[in-house]
Amino acid sequence: MSSNNTAPAPTGRRWVWFHRFGSPAWIYGFSTRWAPVCGWIAVVLFAAGLYLGLVVAPPDYQMGDSYRIIYIHVPSAWLSMSSYAAMAVAAGVGLVWHLKVADLVARSIAPLGAMFTFCALFTGSLWGKPTWGTYWVWDARLTSELVLLFLFIGYMALSAAIEDRRTAARASAILALVGVINLPIIHFSVEWWNTLHQGSTVTQLGRPTMDTRMLVPLLVMFLAFNFYFAGAVFNRLRGELLHHERRTRWVQELAHG
Amino acid sequence: MTPRRRQRLILVGLLLLGVGGAVALALTALNQNINLFYSPTQVVAGEVPKGATFRLGGMVVDGSVRRNPGDLEVWFDLTDTAEVVTVRYDGILPDLFREGQGIVTTGNLVDGRFVAQQVLAKHDETYMPPEVHEALRQANADAYRDQAGKSSGQ
Repeated sequence: MSSNNTAPAPTGRRWVWFHRFGSPAWIYGFSTRWAPVCGWIAVVLFAAGLYLGLVVAPPDYQMGDSYRIIYIHVPSAWLSMSSYAAMAVAAGVGLVWHLKVADLVARSIAPLGAMFTFCALFTGSLWGKPTWGTYWVWDARLTSELVLLFLFIGYMALSAAIEDRRTAARASAILALVGVINLPIIHFSVEWWNTLHQGSTVTQLGRPTMDTRMLVPLLVMFLAFNFYFAGAVFNRLRGELLHHERRTRWVQELAHG
Repeated sequence: MTPRRRQRLILVGLLLLGVGGAVALALTALNQNINLFYSPTQVVAGEVPKGATFRLGGMVVDGSVRRNPGDLEVWFDLTDTAEVVTVRYDGILPDLFREGQGIVTTGNLVDGRFVAQQVLAKHDETYMPPEVHEALRQANADAYRDQAGKSSGQ
C-alpha cells in the first residue's frame, strides 16, 4: 500500500479516502477481496432466480412458456446499458483526471458489456421468431441496441489498436463519451417511434403490467446479473492492473512472494 | 480542481452537448420521414404508391380469418376501425396471430387486395398467467352485463 506512486497527492484530509481509489496496489487488494464474494452471491442468486423463473412462475396466457426467456433477456438488456454508462463514466474520469485506474476499469468493463449486449440481442431474436414471426426487424429499439454492440466492440478495438497506453485511453474515452448519446435513444425508442418491440413493463410506475409471481424472479435475476458483473469486473481489473503495473515494485513483490 | 482539469472537464461537457444536439436534430429530421406502416384508411384513399412494397398495420377483424384446407393460405381482414383491407398470406403465422390482435404486414396491393409476404404480430407489455386472464375476462363480462341490465331497467 505504501508504493502508491501514480495517484496525485491528497489536497486535504477530506479527500484522503477518495485518493485510495487512485492507487493501483490498493485497488488490486480491494478487488482480490471482493471478487469471490460477489461471485458467490451471484451463484446463489442465479440458482434462486432460475428456480423461481423456470419452475415456480406460471406460464403466460398468450405466449405459454416461451416468455421465460425474459429472465435472461431483460437483465442482459438492462446490464448492457448500465455497464455502458459505467464504462463511459470511468473513461471520462480517466480523461479528465488522468487516472490510470479509471482507464483500466473502463477497459475491464468493455468485453462484459459487449457480452451482455450480445446476449440481449441473441435471446431477443430467439423469442422474436415464435412471437413476432421474425428473428430480426429494423425497428428503432433493435437497431439502437445493435449500435450499442458496435460501440462496445469499437471501444475495445480502438483501445487495443493504439500502442501507447495514455493515447489509447484518451482516444477510446472520447469514443465512449460520444456513444453515451445512444443510451437515451435505446431507452425511449419504444416511446418516440412506432416499433415492433413492446414498451417497458417494469418501469411503468403505479401500473404493474406483470404478475407478481413473474416479476419477483425477474428482479432476483437482475440482482444476480449485477453481482456477476461486479465480480467479473474486479477479476478483469486485477489482470489489467498486474499487466500495466508489471514493472512496479508491488507487483514484483507479489510475484516473488 | 486544477485549471487544466477544469478545462478538460468543460471540454468533455461541450463534447457531450454538441454530439447530443447534433443527434437530436438528425433524429427530429428523420422522425418526420419515418412511416412505419400505412393504415387501411390510407390504402383505401389511394395514398400508397402503386406497385410498391409497403407495410400495412392494423387489427385483425373478429371472425374474418378464413383458411384454405390442405395448405397454408389464409385470408383475413385488417382494420383501423374506419376502413377494411383484405389480406392474403401464404405462410406460417406467428404464435400471437389471432382475431383482434394488432399486426404489421409487408406486401403489395394486387387488384385491391393486399398480398402479404410477411406477417408480424405485435406483443404488448402485459404478462399474466392464464387463470388471471380468465378472471379478468370474467370480471369484464360481469361489469358489461351489470351495465346492460341497468340501462335496460331505466
